[in-house]
Amino acid sequence: MSVLIFIDHSEGQVKKVSLEALSYGAALAGQLGVSAEGILLGTVGMDLSTLGRFGAKKIHQAAQEGLNHLDAQVYAKIIADAVTATGATVVIFPNNFSGKAVAPRVAARLKAGLVSGAVALPDTANGFVVKKTVFSGKAFAHVALNTPLKVIALNPNSYPIREGEGSGSAEVVALSVTATAPKVKVVSATQATGEVPLTEAELVVSGGRGLKGPENWGIIEDLAKALGAATACSRPVADSGWRPHHEHVGQTGIAIAPNLYIAIGISGAIQHLAGVNRSKVIVVINKDPEAPFFKAADYGIVGDAFEVVPKMTEAVKKLKG
Amino acid sequence: MKILVCISKTPDTTAKISFTQNNTKFSSDGVQWIINPYDEWYALVRAIELKEKDPSTVLHLVTVGLADTEPIIRKALAIGGDEAIRVNADSADPFYIAAQIADVARQGGYDLIFTGKETIDYNGSSIGGMVAELMDWPYIPLAVKFELNGTVATVVRETEGGEETDEATLPLLVSCQKGVAEQRIPNMKGIMSARTKPLKVVEPVAAETLTSIVSFELPPAKAGVKLIPADNPAELIRLLHEEAKVF
Ligand SMILES: Cc1cc2nc3c(=O)[nH]c(=O)nc-3n(C[C@H](O)[C@H](O)[C@H](O)COP(=O)(O)OP(=O)(O)OC[C@H]3O[C@@H](n4cnc5c(N)ncnc54)[C@H](O)[C@@H]3O)c2cc1C
Ligand SMILES: Nc1ncnc2c1ncn2[C@@H]1O[C@H](COP(=O)(O)O)[C@@H](O)[C@H]1O
Repeated sequence: MSVLIFIDHSEGQVKKVSLEALSYGAALAGQLGVSAEGILLGTVGMDLSTLGRFGAKKIHQAAQEGLNHLDAQVYAKIIADAVTATGATVVIFPNNFSGKAVAPRVAARLKAGLVSGAVALPDTANGFVVKKTVFSGKAFAHVALNTPLKVIALNPNSYPIREGEGSGSAEVVALSVTATAPKVKVVSATQATGEVPLTEAELVVSGGRGLKGPENWGIIEDLAKALGAATACSRPVADSGWRPHHEHVGQTGIAIAPNLYIAIGISGAIQHLAGVNRSKVIVVINKDPEAPFFKAADYGIVGDAFEVVPKMTEAVKKLKG
Repeated sequence: MKILVCISKTPDTTAKISFTQNNTKFSSDGVQWIINPYDEWYALVRAIELKEKDPSTVLHLVTVGLADTEPIIRKALAIGGDEAIRVNADSADPFYIAAQIADVARQGGYDLIFTGKETIDYNGSSIGGMVAELMDWPYIPLAVKFELNGTVATVVRETEGGEETDEATLPLLVSCQKGVAEQRIPNMKGIMSARTKPLKVVEPVAAETLTSIVSFELPPAKAGVKLIPADNPAELIRLLHEEAKVF
């Protein structure tokens, strides 16, 4: 018996969300008294045995370069076969773009109960109950998985990466697979390089309509750069083409849960809050003291963004030397 | 060419979220129900556009829900589509819902199925992938663009901080989000004709319920905002660093 953790990677790198999933899976394995094992399809530029630091005992790897690109249908079959072969009872995915594509397929294929968007370890005292976000982050549900095999997709930034002491080393085992030909052909892919993906970012600086126009985004970018943060925006900002669509957060955009969310010139409409209210610390900069966002904030400045934000950037730079 | 669009019913985005019966049931008191925005604005409208381009296209809508979902499905029909199928069942388990949709899909012999990106109440993002697996179809999630040329679909989908252009031959299942189409408001003609469009009610097929919601919980209220004077942003940065310790 084991907990099997899907290790997502791109461009030769294991993603941060995979380390979160590994840490979560290892803690769950400890709770259940079984071993934590990783599964990685494709190749990465690191020694996989070092993933033992996050608690994995074994890493099953299908080291075929053809698998470096994720095809949901191909992956689901391989993972489902591996679940059966390894006798895993729980499968963990990061609930990122890859997890959203593959986890439901694996669950349906194996008739396993699925909870996607998990934010905490399962309660196994009485059954198997997992806490997840619902209503776009406005509430949580406790969902019971009533099947012998369970699939959990863990929300990014919901579980801390835990590195064990010493040199935990995982055994790397070759996974023999007969990969089927993908039915989806990838024509091209673009990746914003050098940027932190919004869903993985720990610090986020976000701008709204209060910034008046795209030409004023310099102050947002400067603050983000000084902090090493990702940038985001409200929906009307993306709709007006001031910022790219993938920066739009909220109920109809991306839901994020960074450690710090700085909202600048954003009123705090309920649909915006839905996507960001799980941030650990919320800072609001708005010239209107009545802006609803202040009710959801931990820290705030009532003031003009064009005056306040550059001074914040200066202070960050000073602090970081 | 036959297209099936999956339509679900969700509380309005401004609905106050609260629970009853010892936090085990969503309180629908005063809640306005709408078509799940992703289903209405993107999946349905793109399917209608495909039908407008090729009028021989047959466009069906499916919803898994009890009789109280009928106003929603009628509203969807007012925007477009030839007929709707309602599977008379109520469930929050994605596998159960997916099994119903897959059965309707098999019976109807569709070439293309659209879902929304996710439901804004349960946020599973899982029905599409499950239906695709049950049908053994390819699945392209989180599309921001969809083009069809004969039986070959070109789909741009969102990836972590980027985009990917995919190509696949039908049959295919795609989950739709912003970019795929522009929201449409139903007009009077649409509303009138929707009244007479067929709405078939079918009983669910046997399927297992693999999960159940035990209870709900609201996030703890915030302690209140700490305001820093506008002439001292450096103090805010100090607090974030020393007190909140976020960087
Ligand atoms: C179904 C539905 C779904 C939606 N989904 C989303 C979503 O996912 N994400 C989202 O963001 N919105 C969403 N919305 C839109 C949402 O309701 C709001 O309209 C939107 O969030 C407002 O964006 P904003 O705060 O940038 O702009 P505004 O509401 O115009 O607010 C601008 C703010 O900037 C402040 N300001 C102006 N000048 C300055 C200055 N110089 N310095 C400091 N502050 C200043 C103003 O006081 C004001 O509070 C949705 C709406 C609907 C109906
Ligand atoms: N009860 C339902 N009936 C029909 N379609 C549904 C139902 N629930 C979800 N869907 C479809 O599946 C998509 C994803 O839902 P979910 O996996 O619940 O986030 C939605 O956008 C709908 O298109």
